[in-house]
Amino acid sequence: MESLDIRRARPAKTNAEIPLRETAFQTAGPYVHIGCLPNSVGVKGIYADDLTCNKPLTNAPMTISGKVFEGESVVCKDMMLEFWHADEKGCYDNGIWHRSSTNLDSGIFSIKTQMPGKTQTAEGKVLAPFISVWITARGINVGLLTRIYFPEHESIFNEDPHMALVSENRRSTLLAKAVDGGYHFDIHLQGAAETVFFDV
Amino acid sequence: MERSNQSFSKRNYSSQPKANYPDYRSTILRHQEHKLVALPQTLADTRGPAFGHMALGDSDHDLIINYASTGLGAIGERIVVAGKVLDESGKPVPNALIEVWQANAGGRYRHKNDTYLAPLDPNFGGCGRCLTDQEGNYVFRTIKPGAYPWPNGGNDWRPAHIHFSIFGQAFAQRLMTQMYFEGDPHIQICPILQSIGDTRAVNQLVARLDMAHSVPMDLIAYRFDLILRGPNATMFENNLEGI
Repeated sequence: MESLDIRRARPAKTNAEIPLRETAFQTAGPYVHIGCLPNSVGVKGIYADDLTCNKPLTNAPMTISGKVFEGESVVCKDMMLEFWHADEKGCYDNGIWHRSSTNLDSGIFSIKTQMPGKTQTAEGKVLAPFISVWITARGINVGLLTRIYFPEHESIFNEDPHMALVSENRRSTLLAKAVDGGYHFDIHLQGAAETVFFDV
Repeated sequence: MERSNQSFSKRNYSSQPKANYPDYRSTILRHQEHKLVALPQTLADTRGPAFGHMALGDSDHDLIINYASTGLGAIGERIVVAGKVLDESGKPVPNALIEVWQANAGGRYRHKNDTYLAPLDPNFGGCGRCLTDQEGNYVFRTIKPGAYPWPNGGNDWRPAHIHFSIFGQAFAQRLMTQMYFEGDPHIQICPILQSIGDTRAVNQLVARLDMAHSVPMDLIAYRFDLILRGPNATMFENNLEGI
């Protein structure tokens, strides 16, 4: 055995396993707010403001809000959602990101943003405007990815190569409903109305 | 409209926790029942929100003092946690935003929904953040969190852990995980950890005691490296130098 002096000064080996593989996810747990939106749960004075967007938007005309439901149609009140989308011209270099928890009492999440533009696949095929949504919470072992699409673009869904990969009878789960001031979008983690989740 | 130009290897679900793992009771009503729909990557996935420019507060990375009254500090074993953020090809990920949160030394979170018997520490908030440097290095100071019981239908205790949220360079690299401590006997019996069926992937979540970086009479060091999804390639020759 090496001398005690050597063992007492030993640098740690990496915890990473070879070949390198993505670190495993673990649930965000019920107290995700403390880390990601501390001011929203009264942990004040560490950060001046919670990180709820990647840049202030001068033009954010639409509100998107909704709820998340677990099986048996129970409203989830401890979710954290992140939203990522292209700007109005379809550019991700100026991409727009928001974060919202579901309200601890009402279960409602809400963001104010702008309509993303059309984007393209690597092959140059046009994609209907969408917002990527990433969901983490207690009971969600690997973050879930879904998308919000908008009813006014339904006419181009038939040409959209990504929409073509979603079975027709489930496409409606990705469609926001137009309401005063913006859109309503509910997410169902399981059950008859289960939202389509993606693996990219 | 721009076109995508870089893609990431597909997620390897064999080293990820199972979505439906009834021993972790909350997954029962919260796992998806349909298969995930596989999509080709686009710029939506291969670019991401970047926070490297963010001006962080001087003590954002120091949970020992960032909620404490002036001159005071949090109660608990003083530790420093440091490591690298790399992608699966071994390349450092610079400018990654890391957010951390945890229970206090008694195992209690500063959250209104946490009603555990252990008291709050008036000088501990339980959250912090930092950015990786150009070599992918990050560091923060905190106190070792306590183990705590949780409602899962039985005699369930979480191993001491620190939650991590990481923004790499692409939305496809977004990661939410937890760091555990070398030698903790709860690791082998925690349903949340054991929902990962792959022993190597579990071991990768365990920070190692790092005597070379412990600070005499001050801080115990732990090393915890994080791996984000890497560029698409059929085979990597991982370069171990510098890891």
